[in-house]
Amino acid sequence: MSLEGKNLSFGYRKKGRVLEHLSLTLAPGERLGLSGPSGRGKTTLCKLLAGYEKPAEGEVLLDGRPLYPCRGLCPVQMIWQHPETAVDPRLKLKESLAEAGGAAERLTEALHIQPAWLERYPAELSGGELQRFCIARALVPGVRYLLCDEITAMLDPITQAQIWQLLLEQAEQRELGLLIVSHDSALLERLCTRIQSL
Amino acid sequence: METILQVRDLSISFTQYDRGTRRRELPVIRRLSLTVEAGQVVAVVGSSGSGKSLLAHGILGILPYNSRMEGEIRYRGQPLTPRRAEKLRGREIVLVPQGVTYLDPLMQVGPQLRMGRRDARARGESRRVLERYGLGPETERRYPFELSGGMARRVLIAAAAMQSPRLLIADEPTPGLDARAAGRILGHFRELAQEGAGVLLITHDLALALTVAHQVAVFYAGETVEVASAADFPAGRLRHPYTRALWNALPQNGFTPMPGAQPGPGEEGTGCPFAPRCPRRGPECAEEIPLRPLAGGLVRCLRPEGGDGL
Repeated sequence: MSLEGKNLSFGYRKKGRVLEHLSLTLAPGERLGLSGPSGRGKTTLCKLLAGYEKPAEGEVLLDGRPLYPCRGLCPVQMIWQHPETAVDPRLKLKESLAEAGGAAERLTEALHIQPAWLERYPAELSGGELQRFCIARALVPGVRYLLCDEITAMLDPITQAQIWQLLLEQAEQRELGLLIVSHDSALLERLCTRIQSL
Repeated sequence: METILQVRDLSISFTQYDRGTRRRELPVIRRLSLTVEAGQVVAVVGSSGSGKSLLAHGILGILPYNSRMEGEIRYRGQPLTPRRAEKLRGREIVLVPQGVTYLDPLMQVGPQLRMGRRDARARGESRRVLERYGLGPETERRYPFELSGGMARRVLIAAAAMQSPRLLIADEPTPGLDARAAGRILGHFRELAQEGAGVLLITHDLALALTVAHQVAVFYAGETVEVASAADFPAGRLRHPYTRALWNALPQNGFTPMPGAQPGPGEEGTGCPFAPRCPRRGPECAEEIPLRPLAGGLVRCLRPEGGDGL
């Protein structure tokens, strides 16, 4: 039982690979920290594991079977560094949330998502407000692994601590595996069971 | 020392249509005051949604049409009128914007930096400025979608540094950068300050702000609640309970999440907007609270933190 990236290679152009023969395993309930300088392919790795990009070589396995193509809700979900790029700008947030199957009220409450926000368009919310919304969206039932790409990098320390408290609680309750990408070594040390650098 | 920027009692509000044609005024920034001297880095620290970005847009005169600004902004001693702001922005006053979406997605990086200039000098400059921020010459031919988050951020900073500014306003310049790159970028801000520019650093990242700023203005729900020197933080000489909570929430300190959320615009009610979450609140906190000097800084609190060396 695990999410496994096996021998992954990927490049955005013919020349120059961002990732070369990278392997990594994430078990349920595990919190794996990923650090490394910018431009090293941390986000690209998340995109491969979440199925947004196809590896040039290697494969992504869930419980030993190829994860992609994936029908219905994908059990591996990514939360993006820039939430404004992860929502449809022409949909009200309510509609974006409905596409993912809706979020539990308890969750939106814990994330301090105000009901009025759901009637707004993404451009009418601040980055931090939008990110909390994206986290709620990623925590729908059926998700088993969360790839968190610098998800609190744009938040103030108090909100950051609040969000991680909630995510750790959820991860524990639901045995979620978390991949946590961050530049903040103090944060990774607080959160992770294991840290790998890229 | 020359005062580059002086903001006094700045308020920014928006006109919104509530239902149908019913209009309402939404105050986003209230009674904000701060000063940036030449050679100084002043950080404005606050959580998202506290109105920090609007401060930058207000100074630059690029607020949307449905907004209203009151109070006074002076740039190098003279009032910064919308006309003057328009002349100066992009030249003497530059912005490093928050979102990577400020880059033109259909234009390669090189031409974006050169802003239409095609001569050899412009090419040399753009190449040098990219190099200064650790980006190779191949970056010039990249489109924004081909850049990593951190690279895009450095391109935005390079675009601002191309202009040799007197006042640099950086709106959240560091998310997405690794500690070394972030330190380098902040170092460049400090460098620009040493060359005589004033730097206004708008950020939510208290830990990083403290590594570079001389002064820190803490923002809560559109108000300045405290102005402290950077040294006051590790020394425990903090005045406002919110500032204390921010400090304690850092992963390297306590990682303590204070419950509750900052009130949104128009939800503050009267008196101190922090009172509902404040461990030190009293009945008098429902009144109007002035920003007053205390122990070498400023605080907007009737029951400021006492002990800890104050």
